[in-house]
Amino acid sequence: MEDIKDLVRKYVISEYLDEGDEITYDTPLISSGIVDSFSMVSLLVFLENKFKIKIPPQKATPEAFDSVNKIVALVNEYINK
Amino acid sequence: MSSVRFICGTQDIHRELENKVSEFLGTEDTILFPSCMDANAGVFEAILTSEDIMISDRLVHASIIDGMRLCSAQHDTFKHSNMEHLEEKLQLHADKRIKLVITDGVFSMDGDLAKLDEIVKLCEKYDAMILVDDSHSSGFIGRTGRGTHEHFNVVGKIDIITTTFGKALGGASGGCVSGRKEIVQMCRQKARPYLFSNTISPVIVAGVLKVFDILSSSTERRDKLEKNAAYWRKGLTEAGFVLKEGNSPIIPVMLFNAKLSQDFSKDLYNEGIYAIGFFFPVVPNGQARIRTQISAGHEIHHLDKALAAFIKVGKKYGILDLTKEEIIAKYGM
Repeated sequence: MEDIKDLVRKYVISEYLDEGDEITYDTPLISSGIVDSFSMVSLLVFLENKFKIKIPPQKATPEAFDSVNKIVALVNEYINK
Repeated sequence: MSSVRFICGTQDIHRELENKVSEFLGTEDTILFPSCMDANAGVFEAILTSEDIMISDRLVHASIIDGMRLCSAQHDTFKHSNMEHLEEKLQLHADKRIKLVITDGVFSMDGDLAKLDEIVKLCEKYDAMILVDDSHSSGFIGRTGRGTHEHFNVVGKIDIITTTFGKALGGASGGCVSGRKEIVQMCRQKARPYLFSNTISPVIVAGVLKVFDILSSSTERRDKLEKNAAYWRKGLTEAGFVLKEGNSPIIPVMLFNAKLSQDFSKDLYNEGIYAIGFFFPVVPNGQARIRTQISAGHEIHHLDKALAAFIKVGKKYGILDLTKEEIIAKYGM
């Protein structure tokens, strides 16, 4: 099964970056402007659908979505609940 | 005037202007708002519910984003002017009651035109509606200045056009929602900035009516603006600046580095040229620029003077004939 980290990273690249652009697991996403806070909603929907979880609105903050590693940490909080 | 439209804020000229806008844009009906910011703030919540989806280009104007935030409908975005990505989103949201695709006609920071002909085709294919904010187009884009929909030959196929009277249509304030009559009627009943803010001042309404008379009688100003913009773009290109591609009078000179954009703007000011530098978060990070806007009021000697100043300052910073990558290597992002 594909690693959660890689799934999230691949989604961020395909959804928000141009062809050929790359990011690491720690690349800032929101604070760098790669993902604007308004477009963040598609990432939230992807995570909830892909991992069958529900992330409460108060937890879906720009800070919690600011890198692949932070997103994975957030997903792991809910994945086995 | 001391009230909202539906109490005692409607004079004959308000209805006259609404009819004039509809006639000019080729729409069924129009409703005036105190500004296009208010039009965009009010239209979404007036016509959509939580069963619907708003799918917007990622570079739409801030007023559209604020309007979408005020609306209970779901929202999603597509990569700027990327039609494959828009189609993916239309497929993803096929189950929604209403799908509303939202775009600027001319994008305010980049000056490029939305691919309205392709967007119309996709919306027809997936049974979606279209909203275009044509604030940066109305009055001069298209053969007779009707806007982006005229440029792409899709007049009558845009469900909702919002636009401002604060740019080419008058230079003061005011805006509108224009489009399908049912949508305009819903705005009259439900759009909160219309219901709860004062009517547009009759002075401004009369001024905008006069502008429509001028625009409808001749394309002289619009033609001159097109020539001026082409002259300015050619001059900057030949001088060796990196420009955003496009064919509107908004022509961004790309500098990429925020501090460089501010220093460059200050030096231009000292040369007698007022041109503002934009940087994050007004534009994406690493895409700082001087946004230039050309007017029909400019004469060639004005543009030549401005071009000489740009070249002088460009030489000072050593960026003429450099590529994007070379400017970034020299100054950073």
